[in-house]
Amino acid sequence: MKALLAVTRRDLLLAMRRKSEVLTALFFFVIVTSLFPLGIGPEPALLRKIAPGVLWVGALLATMLGLQRMFAADHADGTLEQMALSPTPLALLVGGKNLAHWLVSGLPLVVLAPLLGLQFDLDAGSLAVLTLGLLIGTPVLSLLGAIGAALTLGVRGGGVLLSLLVLPLFIPTLIFGAGAVHAHQSGLGATGHLSLLAALLALSLFFAPWATTAALRIALE
Amino acid sequence: MLFSGLELSAQAGEWLHVRGANGSGKTSLLRLLAGLSQPAEGEVQWNGEPIEREAQAYRRDMLFLGHHGAVKEELTGAENLELASELDGAELPQAEALSALRRFGLKGREDLPVRFLSAGQKRRVLLARLVTRKAKLWILDEPFTALDTKAVAMLGSLVTEHIAQGGTAVITSHQAVDIPGGKVVEL
Repeated sequence: MKALLAVTRRDLLLAMRRKSEVLTALFFFVIVTSLFPLGIGPEPALLRKIAPGVLWVGALLATMLGLQRMFAADHADGTLEQMALSPTPLALLVGGKNLAHWLVSGLPLVVLAPLLGLQFDLDAGSLAVLTLGLLIGTPVLSLLGAIGAALTLGVRGGGVLLSLLVLPLFIPTLIFGAGAVHAHQSGLGATGHLSLLAALLALSLFFAPWATTAALRIALE
Repeated sequence: MLFSGLELSAQAGEWLHVRGANGSGKTSLLRLLAGLSQPAEGEVQWNGEPIEREAQAYRRDMLFLGHHGAVKEELTGAENLELASELDGAELPQAEALSALRRFGLKGREDLPVRFLSAGQKRRVLLARLVTRKAKLWILDEPFTALDTKAVAMLGSLVTEHIAQGGTAVITSHQAVDIPGGKVVEL
């Protein structure tokens, strides 16, 4: 467990020393989601309707931006080899990297989402559901994305391949995440959708690090 | 296939000098020994057990330093050493990391991000791990590249000390290495 936190601390330290990469994804999220209200114009009813979809798709794409670098730098400088040869189980270290990735690229999206949601005339209840959904859903994106990042490690043109591989896996998260806000808006209550999101999180927390580890071992051979 | 019918062993207090032309498979052999890749046939044993069976124990006893720097350019030398040993689940006091770096002639460079160091100095940061990580088996791939004569001598005495204390090492190198107890493996 200590090793897991050590990896997380290391990755956060590295992220702090090259801030531009982190900020790029964040600004991307802010700009993409702000373009929609500007393009569509002052039609509150329409904006309220598209808000969850736009914010969630924005979050998916912003997560995609940083995914490729998740293991690439460690692979290039040989640190990944050292991790694979460490007495600490690799799955634990992968878990630490996942946590760091989420803290750097997922958590800021969750924090920004309510602010950006205001542009779409969302009421307080919808904003709360949106934020809660993102809080449960963005870790799933990091966990599933890590599998794709590990599988495309060292592949030429890996970036495009990674999107093709990972975006379909993101679909359930997108459907339940955006669906939660729609359900809340139509008065059905968001509990069902959020529970399903939480189930997705539990499932990927359990299986994704193992799948990522297996993919990394193949990439290292 | 790079090699077949290869059989080699090293006892405590012995070291193997793996030699061969470029592309003869020295690095591949070392990666097999480290467990980074699997042989098509046969097995690698440590303490009489296949390394996959007691993988965790083997990894605790073994330190592999490959071609790559395996140091993070954005971190300082001391941070690199401390974090590397924390990943292995061991705490490394800062004083110990600093003394290891000083031993490798990096006094005054401890707080510089590694990116500002020269190739040889980066290599020294990596080799400082030999001191901070107490492993029984050292697998070193071309450890003498980019090192100046002083550092080569220092590394030589470090390996000699390790061997004398009952350690084992597998080293690839094109140069003749002046360390007692060596067996040459020609690929």
